[in-house]
Amino acid sequence: MGVNCEKVWRESSNYVDGDVSPDLRKAIEEHAQGCPRCATVLAGLKNIVQLYGDERMSEVPLGYGQRLHRRLENDMLPARRGFMGWMVAFAASILVGGAFEVARSASVGVPEHVSQHSQPADRQIPPDLGVLVSLGGKLFHLPTCRSINNRASAVAMTAQQAMQDGYTPCPRCLRKYLRVV
Amino acid sequence: MRTALQNDLGASSHEDALLKRIKDGERELFYELVQPYERRVYAAALSILRNEAEAEDAAQEAVLKAFKHIGQFREEAKFSTWLLQITINEARMRRRKQLAHAMEPIADQPNEDGEYIPRDFADWREIPSEILERHEIRDALMKALAMLGEKYREVFVLRDMQRLSIEETAKILDISTASVKTRLLRARLMLRDLLSPGFGGGWTTKLSFAKGNKPWE
Ligand SMILES: [Zn+2]
Ligand SMILES: [Zn+2]
Repeated sequence: MGVNCEKVWRESSNYVDGDVSPDLRKAIEEHAQGCPRCATVLAGLKNIVQLYGDERMSEVPLGYGQRLHRRLENDMLPARRGFMGWMVAFAASILVGGAFEVARSASVGVPEHVSQHSQPADRQIPPDLGVLVSLGGKLFHLPTCRSINNRASAVAMTAQQAMQDGYTPCPRCLRKYLRVV
Repeated sequence: MRTALQNDLGASSHEDALLKRIKDGERELFYELVQPYERRVYAAALSILRNEAEAEDAAQEAVLKAFKHIGQFREEAKFSTWLLQITINEARMRRRKQLAHAMEPIADQPNEDGEYIPRDFADWREIPSEILERHEIRDALMKALAMLGEKYREVFVLRDMQRLSIEETAKILDISTASVKTRLLRARLMLRDLLSPGFGGGWTTKLSFAKGNKPWE
């Protein structure tokens, strides 16, 4: 098997990974013996892989692990709060809900094209609707939606949960709920 | 003597046991589950955000999200893959915000996966890894990496720096294994070109990227 320079370059990365057939490997090595340009490309790639793969290249900032641990512990605290804690949270959610009612009635008379953007659409979306949230994204979707970013890491929850967590309805799959009635 | 495979199995059954206990309510064990991957989480975030403070913040946020949604983790996937997918999503979301604020053109990712022709043929064989002891060398390597387009940087960091397999890299980034290979080839060749001219003598002062030119454009 004979190979030209372009073929060597195209396969150079696989070659460095040992991901080529024995025949191709032999052909590449034979070519590189007579071609200084390809020899230096292959040698360079090996250096790149070796240097960047070194642990010293993947340092984390000093104290990173401790800070992560601390943040996680702080976040776990609400999970440990007792019955009273939950009652307080429950009462707070009623207050928030109440405030929401007020905001809603205050917005009566706002022109439709404005309210379409400024109002959450939770009036129409059934709270117990099963939706998918792409963690790290901003939207929640119907499970059938085709524009879910990184579906593999999407998690299921109810529409209500998703909205409480600050996600907004996907303008594609949930459009019918976004329309102003 | 334990083989690598046995070690791997040992690690994953320990992980399964941890996961079960966490889901059963021992939430404080979550850090133990995450710790083996915390460096990777940071590296993945940094590959997208290119800023240490932002990357650390994104890493923390991603870990918190994983914690919060651990009940939703489907166990046919690897926990580390899932955690890194969440991290990549989190970092990308922040990156989009950065770009929106900076009004930066999205020319960062030239949309051509075509052939990449090596530009530089200076000879630079046998680079001893001891040079990594030098801070300015590590710095120069990181700067070169930061010049790659995001999609090349992501693949390169997961595959060559975090040593993940092609398959796992593909899963985390939600792309095909063929795309991983194409982007990896291009990332490696671009880095080689970027770092070529000075290797072997006076490297850091003669770096081609020190002049701000991008040879692949
Ligand atoms: Zn050649
Ligand atoms: Zn959708």
